[in-house]
Amino acid sequence: MPIRKLTMIATAAALTAASLAYAGSHLTQTQQRAVDARQSQMQLNGFNIGALGAMVQERIPYDAEVAAAAAANLAALASIDQTRYWVEGTDSSVEGTRAKPEIWADMAGFTAANAALAEATTDLAAVAGDGLDAMKAAFGPVGKACAVCHEVYRVPNN
Amino acid sequence: MGWFATRPLPLPPDALEGLTPDPENGALVFAAAGCASCHVAADGPADLMAGGMRFVSDFGVFVAPNISSDPVQGIGDWSDLELASAIMRGVGRNGEHLYPAFPYATYNKADTQDIVDLIAYLRSLPASDRANEPHELAFPFNQRFALGAWKALFVSTDWVMTEADTPQLQRGRYLVEALGHCAECHTARGALGGLQRDLWLAGAANPSGDGRIPNITKGALSWSEPEIAEYLKSGFTPDFDTAGGSMAAVVRNTSQLSDVDRAAIAAYLKAIPALAKVAP
Repeated sequence: MPIRKLTMIATAAALTAASLAYAGSHLTQTQQRAVDARQSQMQLNGFNIGALGAMVQERIPYDAEVAAAAAANLAALASIDQTRYWVEGTDSSVEGTRAKPEIWADMAGFTAANAALAEATTDLAAVAGDGLDAMKAAFGPVGKACAVCHEVYRVPNN
Repeated sequence: MGWFATRPLPLPPDALEGLTPDPENGALVFAAAGCASCHVAADGPADLMAGGMRFVSDFGVFVAPNISSDPVQGIGDWSDLELASAIMRGVGRNGEHLYPAFPYATYNKADTQDIVDLIAYLRSLPASDRANEPHELAFPFNQRFALGAWKALFVSTDWVMTEADTPQLQRGRYLVEALGHCAECHTARGALGGLQRDLWLAGAANPSGDGRIPNITKGALSWSEPEIAEYLKSGFTPDFDTAGGSMAAVVRNTSQLSDVDRAAIAAYLKAIPALAKVAP
């Protein structure tokens, strides 16, 4: 009997360890959906800033209508409430996200960085349709706002 | 005899003779050499070189020194020759070897004129009285005399790109290999911390633990020369992501260079051997 009991304890311990390991490397549905949502937002940011950036670098001709629409999208995206994005346990220690733990450790700084992006994109949206020079001037601060956040709160690529 | 061969060798006393400093060019050298990326105060203004930034490595923690113009804590009281010896020879004011966290193995290829200009610019920056902290290194890495042997093994004044046929490539080589010290992060190191020159710019482990530092040879980097130059100017990748992590600080420096210099760096990166996607 004692041997059987020992086996049971060992099995239970192994199962517990296994399930903990599973929980450590797999996200719950709530966590996964939050990660998907914020990554989708980054995709939309990239899609819109890409059009503007290509005009700024004069890779494509300036188009007032396209520029105004893309800038309005960026401003709208930056205004989205992010409260439910930053679920505990979804930092870069788990597979599939580059969100640094600094986001959670410094939520006030992170929120301020987002507010700076909202302000810069609002300014850009106000002038993006007014000609290439006006758009270029307002585009710089948006790029800076992107960069500040990527420097501190995102794990580098690669 | 062994000691003699590995003793600290400062610049000769007449090394700077006849050179007139140009602080304006010094500002460009300062940006191209990336001084601020390591020496800037963590929470101070962008021109305050108070030091204090910590660099975790396999050998311990290096703490960037105060190189502001303060005469006590900074470099205000150092002579030009003392500073040039530190920058180009890795020899401190008291004749001691400096640790190669300071990239003198890169700066040893710089033009002495550029270094004289750099020093003049450095002296024009504001003073900070922040006291220096010692590096936190375990035995045997805290034994400075051993650095002489390290220098003999790993410090070379030879270019990695031995043939640079055009003025643009020569300028690119100078910016990358003599000032920019790109390789200090982008090239893998051996067990003793020396750069593996046969894996030049092919990527490396990130000592801070955040992912890997990318391979920037043609083996992995598919961007065109104008795209590389644009990245070094604005921080935007071709698909309009932005530079992150430590590279964001590098772009703050390269954004101050001329378009011609950024194009030269891009041309250099396209001219070096393409290495396989993953370096060990």
